[in-house]
Amino acid sequence: MHLLRFIGGRLVKGVLVLIAIATLNFFLIRAAPGDPATVMAGEAGAADAEFLRQLREQFGLDLPLHEQLWIYLTDILTLDLGFSYRQGRPVIDLIADRLPATLLLTGAAFVFSLALGVVLGILAARRAGKWSDSAITTGALFFYAMPLFWIALMSQIIFSLWLGWLPNVGFETIGAGYTGLRRALDIGAHLILPATTLGLFFTALYARMMRASMLEIAGADFVKTARAKGVHEGRIVRRHIARNAILPVVTLAGLQAGQIVGGAVLTETVFGWPGIGRLMFEALAQRDYQVLLGVFFISSAMVVLFNLITDVVYRIADPRIEVGR
Amino acid sequence: MSFFKRFARNKGALIGLIILLIVVAAAILAPYFYPTSPWRMVTRPFLPPMAVDGYWLGSDALGRDVAAGVMHGARVSLLIGLVSTLTALLIGVPIGALAGYFGGLIDDALMRFTEFFQTIPAFALAIVIVAILQPSLYSIVLAIAIVSWPPVARLVRGEVLSLRSREYVQAAVVIGQSTPRIIFTQVLPNTIAPITVMASLMVASAILLESALSFLGLGDPNMMTWGYMIGAGRTRLIAAWWISFFPGVAIFLTVLALNLVGEGLNDALNPRLSQGEA
Repeated sequence: MHLLRFIGGRLVKGVLVLIAIATLNFFLIRAAPGDPATVMAGEAGAADAEFLRQLREQFGLDLPLHEQLWIYLTDILTLDLGFSYRQGRPVIDLIADRLPATLLLTGAAFVFSLALGVVLGILAARRAGKWSDSAITTGALFFYAMPLFWIALMSQIIFSLWLGWLPNVGFETIGAGYTGLRRALDIGAHLILPATTLGLFFTALYARMMRASMLEIAGADFVKTARAKGVHEGRIVRRHIARNAILPVVTLAGLQAGQIVGGAVLTETVFGWPGIGRLMFEALAQRDYQVLLGVFFISSAMVVLFNLITDVVYRIADPRIEVGR
Repeated sequence: MSFFKRFARNKGALIGLIILLIVVAAAILAPYFYPTSPWRMVTRPFLPPMAVDGYWLGSDALGRDVAAGVMHGARVSLLIGLVSTLTALLIGVPIGALAGYFGGLIDDALMRFTEFFQTIPAFALAIVIVAILQPSLYSIVLAIAIVSWPPVARLVRGEVLSLRSREYVQAAVVIGQSTPRIIFTQVLPNTIAPITVMASLMVASAILLESALSFLGLGDPNMMTWGYMIGAGRTRLIAAWWISFFPGVAIFLTVLALNLVGEGLNDALNPRLSQGEA
């Protein structure tokens, strides 16, 4: 079974990447100024001498470096990401609470940007050189150059403060006590602005790529053949060009998953979205390094998982494609 | 056709170049227009734009002149954009060149390493690096360089891979030139054009990255940056939109200009590639 072996190979690779990231974490915390124990306890105040001694013992900071690394790796691979002394809870619990919101936000942004980007790219390529192409291309160029957090702030001003169309911040209306469908709609309304602003940069990216890819394929021999055979133009665009042109865009989208997860920090901060990005921002303000590195590790794991899924879907969708590299 | 003529044929690139020159001028002239520190309170707080002569872009919550901040911010953005791009090139070019020239195991190992850095969510890694090393000019430049070198390495590897089988490189091998000499005098000079194009786009994304870091409070605490201004104005958004608005426009224009110039350079340096384009 080729596919199973392929998935197995990918899984092993994913785990290796995660181990490498954990190792990177381990050395990063030691790169911080001061003793790792004080860093872990959170810089200011939180620790007296007795507590620090206890921490050093617990993390084996008096052991040789490679043994410390081993302890750290076994901990992290059993999902023990340490303890947040600021919040008085294990880091993994803090992240687990926040993860669903982030998955919802990044998932929505991903689907939105890919769908809209592809459609706009096709439209622009079909009307190459006309004004609608220029409008789409220019729009893409603009959104590609705007800082994500600034778009988020400006859309907040325009759509919720001035026009009052959409809620300003948060995940749902607090205290409304909605249930079932009503609650889903409420969350959906809160989701629109963050997901759109997070997705716009990528929409611009995918639209530009899709347009270029369409124009490239439109010159291919098999398209000329189809045209010579008298195939209907709409069908050529749909079946012959767009289907082939979309492949590199989807590959890029899979690779960009990490950037979307990273961008979530900014969007969640602006919109008060209770995800792991917001958690990272809070940890940043409190210099809570355990949480910071925990979020970093989990978001990397999300990206690894996401790349794995894209690879497998790809392999099934188009067996010709060699995803080995 | 001369280089500049080919560049200027692309109207967008010309517009980009003009905007970029204005931003550079703003960066250079900032100390002449606003000799006092942009951190100083010079007027009454929350002054709307155009309300009082001399404070065209208004003032922020502490009575600091927004226009002074925007002009001084240009210095920091351009500086960090340039230096971190150069640093990223210093990491990416050697790795790509070695991988492409030697191939085999070295190529495999270096490309795995590169792929690893491409997998990590770039912005999250940048945040972690700056937070742990403490925000400063150096840590920010380092963090941006660390997350932006992998595409350079891949580009250079690809170029070198195709160049090394060319006849003139083979000839250099035959006449017994040393490997470093071949790499530096025969191969790398021919990769300068694509690297230049990529570098101009990298400066743009470095500026975006820096602004995002300082928006989150990870900017160099001694420097007035665009991202910091947007972040500081965020809590007063309803009362005073202009505090966050103008620095954002500055970022947008600078990044847009760099992207346009990058496209123009691409057209000018690879004339064969761009002819077919609409």
